[in-house]
Amino acid sequence: MYNFNYHRAGSVDEAVALMAKASDGRFLAGGHSLLPTMKQRLAQPTDLIDIGRIAALNGVKTESNAVVVGAATPHAEVNASAKAIPALMALAAKIGDPHVRHRGTIGGSIANSDPAADYPAALVGLGATVKTNKRTIAADDFFKGLFETALSDGEMVVSVSFPKPEAAAYMKFPQPASRFALVGVFVARTSGGVRVAVTGAGPSVFRVKAMEDALKAKFTPDAIKGITVPAKGLNSDIHGSAEYRAHLVNVMARRAVAAAA
Amino acid sequence: MTIAVAMKVNGKAVSGQVEARTLLVQFLRENLRLTGTHVGCDTSQCGACVVHINGKAVKSCTTLAAQADGTEVTTIEGLARDGKLHPMQEAFREHHALQCGFCTPGMVMSAIDMLRRIPRPDEATIRHELEGNICRCTGYHNIVKAIQAAAKVMGG
Ligand SMILES: Cc1cc2nc3c(=O)[nH]c(=O)nc-3n(C[C@H](O)[C@H](O)[C@H](O)COP(=O)(O)OP(=O)(O)OC[C@H]3O[C@@H](n4cnc5c(N)ncnc54)[C@H](O)[C@@H]3O)c2cc1C
Ligand code: FES
Ligand code: FES
Repeated sequence: MYNFNYHRAGSVDEAVALMAKASDGRFLAGGHSLLPTMKQRLAQPTDLIDIGRIAALNGVKTESNAVVVGAATPHAEVNASAKAIPALMALAAKIGDPHVRHRGTIGGSIANSDPAADYPAALVGLGATVKTNKRTIAADDFFKGLFETALSDGEMVVSVSFPKPEAAAYMKFPQPASRFALVGVFVARTSGGVRVAVTGAGPSVFRVKAMEDALKAKFTPDAIKGITVPAKGLNSDIHGSAEYRAHLVNVMARRAVAAAA
Repeated sequence: MTIAVAMKVNGKAVSGQVEARTLLVQFLRENLRLTGTHVGCDTSQCGACVVHINGKAVKSCTTLAAQADGTEVTTIEGLARDGKLHPMQEAFREHHALQCGFCTPGMVMSAIDMLRRIPRPDEATIRHELEGNICRCTGYHNIVKAIQAAAKVMGG
């Protein structure tokens, strides 16, 4: 890992100001994606701005219709505190291993936008809203592609607000060595309809409209039995072909509906 | 850039001047000469480097020394009291939960953290909770037995 300048920010404003001064700065939250990337020299920032101790970014708040998670809240804390949305709690418990969950944060996960990360499925599946230091962004507009988001340079995720669903579940087929999602499907039934969000399968999280329509009419696993996604454009690697992932999308979606129903 | 770090390690106040990129595990091993914490992979996979920061298990190869500034760190060297092994160390010894011993410090630190969160885990839970710790020798069997035995002694 190349050396860099380290700054610890005490507030969101201070972090944003430090970032503006850095020539090629990065926010440092849990460091569990960024530090491994820097060790491999795939990233060489000049400055790291540590936001892990900003109190305002830490914690889970339960509101009447939503659960609001601060950007620097570790996965273990979401698992312990997001009681109002059990599917979100359960998803957090499946990220990595216990040590990763003590350090890795929701803000870092979504800003990183790894194609196999779990949180993107929850954000899109529940129709969450991302609050940054500048604006709010609907989850549907946040994830733009492989490691790409709607965040502009120096923009910081402050919190994520998840509306409470009527019923929801996340089913993940983990890649057995890394525990990242080979395919993960988040299904939620809300007052506004049904949402089906898929992670791991494509370059970025995506929804399956045909399944959402079928589930709106009838919320049972059988309702989507014959609905498949095309393999074209899906990820293909030594862990699974695009066809295999396409198949898993349907299997995981049906399991998620069964678990949520 | 170098920075000053200060923390409590195994109950003792320590400090040092380190490069910003210094990992916690490097600070522990190279500056403090606490070589009980091992580096197995350096890629965040194996758990040989697990220590506790403010009581929680973390991978010290994926944490900057700077991120541990001002915290309380516990390593394998901080477990024994007055020459007496911690009950988890004693259980590992009693149940032959190690062969080469390379993974052992991380296993013991992780196992103590596990019981903090889940006082009486069943066998399946223990195996699941050990996902972040790799052992190439034991086949995990005796590690699981040791953790179950320690859970009884530690009164969960
Ligand atoms: C062994 C291992 C297994 C893992 N398994 C899984 C898994 O199963 N599922 C899964 O989803 N993830 C997994 N992860 C990834 C883990 O969840 C990461 O911790 C997470 O993706 C990144 O969070 P972080 O807080 O560590 O971010 P960091 O590494 O600190 O940052 C990641 C990126 O986000 C940026 N960033 C951080 N916070 C903000 C913010 N508030 N605003 C804007 N930008 C920000 C940083 O600048 C950086 O570019 C695993 C990681 C490891 C090491
Ligand atoms: S050395 Fe830290 S996880 Fe392997
Ligand atoms: S005892 Fe040798 S690696 Fe675990």
